[in-house]
Amino acid sequence: MDIELLYEAILAGILLGCFYAAVSLGLSIAFGLLDVPHIAHPAFLVLGAFATYVLVGHGLDPILGGVLLMPLFFVLGLGVYQFYYVTFERRGTDQGLRGLAFFFGIAFIVEVLLILRFGVDQRMVEAPYIGQSLELGDTRVPWRMIVAFGVALVLMLGLTIFLSRTFIGRAIKAVAQDEGALRLMGADPVRIKRLAFGLAVAITALTGALLIVVGPVDPGLGRIYIGRTFCVVVLGGLGSVPGTIVAGLILGVVESIVLSTAGAAWAPAVAFGILLLVLAVRPAGLFGR
Amino acid sequence: MSTGTVRFLIGAAIFLALAYGLTRLVSNEYVFFALYVVLQFIVLATAWNILGGYAGYVNFGSGAFFAVGAYTGVALYKALATPILLQVVAGAFVSGLLGLAVGALSLRLRGIFFSIATVAVAIVLETVVVNTPYLGGAKGLPILRPEPPALFHSYLEWTFFLMAMLAVLAVFCARYVETSWIGRGLRAIRDNEGAAECSGVPTLKLKLFAATLSGALMGAAGAPFALYLSFIEPTSVFNLNYAVSALAMPIIGGMSHWIGPVIGAVLLGTVQQLVTVTISSELNVLVVGVLLVLFVVGAPDGILGLVRKLRRPKAASAAGAAA
Repeated sequence: MDIELLYEAILAGILLGCFYAAVSLGLSIAFGLLDVPHIAHPAFLVLGAFATYVLVGHGLDPILGGVLLMPLFFVLGLGVYQFYYVTFERRGTDQGLRGLAFFFGIAFIVEVLLILRFGVDQRMVEAPYIGQSLELGDTRVPWRMIVAFGVALVLMLGLTIFLSRTFIGRAIKAVAQDEGALRLMGADPVRIKRLAFGLAVAITALTGALLIVVGPVDPGLGRIYIGRTFCVVVLGGLGSVPGTIVAGLILGVVESIVLSTAGAAWAPAVAFGILLLVLAVRPAGLFGR
Repeated sequence: MSTGTVRFLIGAAIFLALAYGLTRLVSNEYVFFALYVVLQFIVLATAWNILGGYAGYVNFGSGAFFAVGAYTGVALYKALATPILLQVVAGAFVSGLLGLAVGALSLRLRGIFFSIATVAVAIVLETVVVNTPYLGGAKGLPILRPEPPALFHSYLEWTFFLMAMLAVLAVFCARYVETSWIGRGLRAIRDNEGAAECSGVPTLKLKLFAATLSGALMGAAGAPFALYLSFIEPTSVFNLNYAVSALAMPIIGGMSHWIGPVIGAVLLGTVQQLVTVTISSELNVLVVGVLLVLFVVGAPDGILGLVRKLRRPKAASAAGAAA
């Protein structure tokens, strides 16, 4: 393979990888930190993308639309966690299998509702930075990737600071480490987990907006992102933000190289292939707790 | 043989006789087209329950096993024009091997990790099929049906009867597993794998056996698919609908007894057929999802659990009266 081409693939892969890390953040909190089997995460991501699509139809910028959706998705997250807690975690009866089936069912319902409302066609949005490219010498970098890259960086930086500097953020980390100890300190772990799950879903709204900025979206896209997001979260070591970034970059670069050598038809298998490999060889991931 | 087994075999014989009688009496092809789907779901749901219900390993990739069976059948038919029975055996064999491999994954992966791995297997295999021109790639492959055997009017009737036999076989296998020591071992794995291992349950062997049997039955259900539709394409056989249905039907029917998946499959399969015909095929998929969530939340032990709950107060009051 041409060195020039490889260089371009790696550059595109880094931008793509940061985007993959960002779309996985919600799952990293919900599954990595809270141990909730949140298979519906990619479905919420696509839901966020379609909600953004509707807002853009009313003349909003997609990124701004994603930010405006965050409070709404935060409430959705609070509701979903409360429901999950009352029906599964509190009862404690065989929650493994049924909790999984519950989120799988939710994901399926979201997908079908989106199909019923929007059809199976791909949708995209218009914005000044979509369709234009930045020229760096011989290589062209699309602006939409640069915007997604920037928003992803801000989001990840903000989340890292939030988790390590604020009281609530530290409480979320504490609940992941030792729920019983948190209870002994007089804090309510369920309240913290509810807030954290709400935060995870709120972030998913903004990253859903990134999803539709980066490329066209159809209701079935969530299935491919099951692989990408779980690949990033598992490879990154469940709930570590730096791990998520590194894992996202690895996935982005590998996928981008496969894309430019083997062709686009093989791209969906890359994330799942890496995921299977990681699960078989090192399930704790690179930065395992 | 116990009286239970004798009764089961007599029931199965009557069921097959009725199925064959139907092919003699009814001439409307659509009846067989619809019943085939319901029977196919009985096989898939029963097969899923062997690994998911008894051993507690949730398989989200049922579509992959189904598709491996279907494409094994297509490859054999295209290369050698093999009879359909041989395709079923080959499909079951290859899909069983895949099941063995997935079972080996359970060595390291439990809970959600195992489930995600099965999704991964499904997507990787779908990508391979899409990129294999011999199997029709993404465009799909039309298949010319051969002449039906002498006992049947049309090929569709024959595939319907074949699926009825497979449904009986699947339920027989599940019933055997459930009532033998294998089922006890699998239930021990579901309840506490570590404790089971410590008590001398050969957990790995049992898991491999359950995964292989489950995969083989799903593959057998998939093998006649191309000849049933006379067409095959990746998106229809790898459809998420199979994965969701295969999991929803046992959960809705009840996972603790072999009749549960059968009840779930007959009920949900029939509802799906009715909704598809009368309203739309998108809505029938929605019905499955909504019912799945409703049952998981409201009736975790499925229809069987509801029936037992209805019976129990009576039994309890009878016991109280006797005391």
